Amino acid sequence: MATDIFKKRRIHMVLFFAVFTGLYVFFSQQLNFNSATAFTQIPSGFAWLGANFWPNYTTTAPEFLLNIIRVLLRTVIIAVASTTTASAFALIAAVFGSNKTGIHWTIKYIVRIIAMVFRNIPLIAWALILLFSFRQNEFTGFLALFFGTFGYLTRSFTEIIDESGDGVIEALKSTGATYFQIVFQGVFPMISSQLVSWVLFMIESNIRESALVGMLTGTGIGQMFNFFFSGFRYPMAGMVLLFIIITVIGLEMLSNKIRRLLL
Amino acid sequence: MLQLQQVSKTYDNGKTALQDISFKVSKGDFVSIIGPSGAGKSTLLRTINQMIPVSDGQILFHEDDVTRANRKKLRTVRRRMGMIFQHYNLVTRMTAVENVLHGRLGYKSTISGVMGRYTEEEKKKAFELLGQVGLEEFVYTRCDQLSGGQKQRVGIARALMQEPELILCDEPIASLDPKSSKVVMDYLKSIAKDMGITCLVNLHQVDVAMDYSDRIIGVSGGKVLFDGPPSELTPEILSEIYKSEDLLV
Repeated sequence: MATDIFKKRRIHMVLFFAVFTGLYVFFSQQLNFNSATAFTQIPSGFAWLGANFWPNYTTTAPEFLLNIIRVLLRTVIIAVASTTTASAFALIAAVFGSNKTGIHWTIKYIVRIIAMVFRNIPLIAWALILLFSFRQNEFTGFLALFFGTFGYLTRSFTEIIDESGDGVIEALKSTGATYFQIVFQGVFPMISSQLVSWVLFMIESNIRESALVGMLTGTGIGQMFNFFFSGFRYPMAGMVLLFIIITVIGLEMLSNKIRRLLL
Repeated sequence: MLQLQQVSKTYDNGKTALQDISFKVSKGDFVSIIGPSGAGKSTLLRTINQMIPVSDGQILFHEDDVTRANRKKLRTVRRRMGMIFQHYNLVTRMTAVENVLHGRLGYKSTISGVMGRYTEEEKKKAFELLGQVGLEEFVYTRCDQLSGGQKQRVGIARALMQEPELILCDEPIASLDPKSSKVVMDYLKSIAKDMGITCLVNLHQVDVAMDYSDRIIGVSGGKVLFDGPPSELTPEILSEIYKSEDLLV
């Protein structure tokens, strides 16, 4: 019997790789995708990027740099504001949507469905849809980030509350604590570090996304990048990109530090 | 002070956990409930503070029928019953004293409970209780830094903070080493003896139940098979209570 199991494992492994390779070959043929030329073109593609997007002397004018910083800062602030607002709403929704703290099954389902809809509409679709109602406006970007974040965090927060042990809820209930006392004195303290961790993660990710959203809504740093990019002023677009990358990396390092402090 | 009359519990899945359970407990009694796993000990304890509603029967706490209490009444009943758990059930990210103060939530308005506002007397009392269970140096320690025995003592202090007349203990020493177990059991015993607070303790360890209890209730298959002082608990009765477990081994 024992040898059979090992043999089975080996067959599974071989089968897995065979299926995997088979899928790749089949679909790349369907698409007329030539793997060899595709991969050999990657280096030359990057070489072109480097040659054209590399910031040069035209991009170091102080007014230009200050302008980038000003616009970038504004974008970051909007992304942070949108994320924190969405987090607050998501937390309220999650409390009512969780199996542990939900009040009634109808409310639970409503919350879950709303979160699912919001989460599964891509951010870019949100931005484009909202563009019709709210025009090219910073608020449109704010809302697009808000909706996406709300959907995503409601689901995550619900899961966190579901996984936080029943023990505390039971213990506080047995002291005669009311529903809101249990939520605020028991549930929130138990999940606080995970909550903060998620919010920080969403802030990081939304700052990245805000560049893309800005291109669509014509505001913020995204618009600035798009402006230079469509005007073929690649070095300047490259400089904007460089600032975005530095900001995102900086914020990621900062939020890692905050996370470690909170643990 | 506490009287169960023909209490039965059948869960929604059709499983019967308790059948026709009746007994009385007086002030200051130390009563152990023993029985094999799945005998219904936990369910029995939880029907008393209505964490689990009964299917049938009455539970009288003083003059009040707990099973028919509305939400407001239930709150006033629950706050007079402390509860201690196998896994301590503390808010581990909060300090010991904050956990002890949770024992006051049943007495506070929702808003001051939510905000965690406690009076000076309540805080003083919480410090005193932590001193009583030998944790004065750990008042401001976060509970995830405490050992199992220390956590359970915080649990005891939280229960005492309620100024209860009755403490329900669900396997209080099942996760503890022998030394911590003794400390915890000694505290519970002195609570019953010196403070006159009734203790109802679910126990796995028959020898511990024999040593500490004024009275033992043996439960098996959701029924009371024995109810009397430890001296009357004969090996025959014990093997009757644990019959189903013997079969498993």
